[in-house]
Amino acid sequence: MTAPLRQMAPAERIRTTSFNEASARTRLELLLDPGSFVEFIGPEKREISPHLKIFDLPEQFDDGIVVGHGRLDGSPVFIAAQEGRFMGGAFGEVHGAKLTGLLRAARQIRSIPVLILFDTGGVRLQEANAGELAIAEIMRAVMEARTAGVKVIGLIGGRSGCYGGGGLIAGCCSALAVSEPGRIAVSGPEVIETNRGVEEFDSRDRALVWRTMGGKHRRLLGAADVFADDTMLAFRDAALDLIGLVGAFGLDKLRAEQGRLADRLRRFGACEDAVDIWRADGIVHAETVPELSADQFIALANRIGRTSRDAR
Amino acid sequence: MTLDSILASLFPDGHDVRIDKGVILGSAMLRSGTTALVIGVADRTAIGVDEAIRLSGYVLQSLDRESGPILVLVDSDSQRMSKRDELLGLNEFLSHLAKVLICADMNGRPTVGLLYGHSAAGALLATGLATRVLVGLPGADPAVMDLPSMAKVTKLSIETLQEKAKSTPVFAPGLSNLARMGAVHLIWNGAAPLADQLEALLADMPEVLDRRDALGKERGGRLKAADIAERVRDLALQAR
Repeated sequence: MTAPLRQMAPAERIRTTSFNEASARTRLELLLDPGSFVEFIGPEKREISPHLKIFDLPEQFDDGIVVGHGRLDGSPVFIAAQEGRFMGGAFGEVHGAKLTGLLRAARQIRSIPVLILFDTGGVRLQEANAGELAIAEIMRAVMEARTAGVKVIGLIGGRSGCYGGGGLIAGCCSALAVSEPGRIAVSGPEVIETNRGVEEFDSRDRALVWRTMGGKHRRLLGAADVFADDTMLAFRDAALDLIGLVGAFGLDKLRAEQGRLADRLRRFGACEDAVDIWRADGIVHAETVPELSADQFIALANRIGRTSRDAR
Repeated sequence: MTLDSILASLFPDGHDVRIDKGVILGSAMLRSGTTALVIGVADRTAIGVDEAIRLSGYVLQSLDRESGPILVLVDSDSQRMSKRDELLGLNEFLSHLAKVLICADMNGRPTVGLLYGHSAAGALLATGLATRVLVGLPGADPAVMDLPSMAKVTKLSIETLQEKAKSTPVFAPGLSNLARMGAVHLIWNGAAPLADQLEALLADMPEVLDRRDALGKERGGRLKAADIAERVRDLALQAR
């Protein structure tokens, strides 16, 4: 029998708690230095979505995102965590505005990095226009913050993945860490199947979903710089590593990104499946990549060595 | 309005704008004598990895060599929904295009989006919503999500959604709804010369500062966003 979670020592909890299964608040508690988190506009303020009642849907007092300030290994960080279990972590007006405000403050201060714990299906459809625009504002705020010298690190490993506009915000970050269950994409499997048919994409084929959009493929492509095992400790270490590794942003990074993405298209544009891409990348027994343990996979990814932090 | 008539009305002094597989690339002489870079998406084309990389590359090349504003004309589908696009990392390609436009604007190349047809979802985020000023032309019909799909997700009838849409601009498709949100800054008069309206806009461009949330509040479409963002910003500035 394992001890009840609350009775475990903090060092044990951070090692044994799955990022994927934890709530947004548990993720913050375990990622940051104990007791250091201060929330901005917490649930006690009851700043709910003004739009969900139009659809007779339940509101949540924090609108599905927790934003605030804390310490990571002694140093200050701004941090935002989406709650994937409320409305699929989707961006609505209030949800998005909290992250925008956090990024705008980071831009003014310049020296404090921002961590974004994504867990989102994208735009919240019941307030689609406000959600879409919130994402546009966040993308702009991320780029303004990065231009001012702020490091913006995305951590992706939640149940809702990082889809739709969330995938575009992730693409704006200075660097990403992703775990195997952390999927990154624009159109979700069901959306592709609904629009293009089951022949194009069978959303019930979970293996297909994981190898097309999952963390392993994104790490091998270089879209994410770090592959994290699904524990809070692995994500904490990844965040610290990336804060240390990320350099200053400038237009040169975007020129390098143009080259990086054009090269990807040239090399892999004709591949029909992720396994074909991995094979074209020289991985022997490419079909076994999904089965590799975290340690085995990290060794493989490091050998391929594709990163993007200097080209994004 | 057709793209040809829009281009003729925008650039009476001539242009070399071409459309190739739905991608708009070119430049045009403005009456002020400066050259504008013109890019965009035509014919309701979906934006996939191939389209996005051409557009971003064209803008980046121009940053090295030219000055002047950048116009982004938009009549697109949503992002291309396909296995291949997602396999290759469409989110990075769309982000990259948006980042190039945002950073061009921050580096002395003011960006103006001109929404003249359809657009949706990731395609709108990567183009029009990544510009400093987004202009709508009468007849444009942007939609984050079309009502039939919304009906499916929300399990409400289209009639019910249409009824609800009358009292709130927050979810329903359409140019006027996006304008009330603060996403579309202004709607031009399609009957008057577009060159005059472009000239007036460029002569009086708002500063490089994202005020869309304040605009949404002024117009009554988004009453909470600006205040929430401002409160979080203040708290964060005090917290360090």
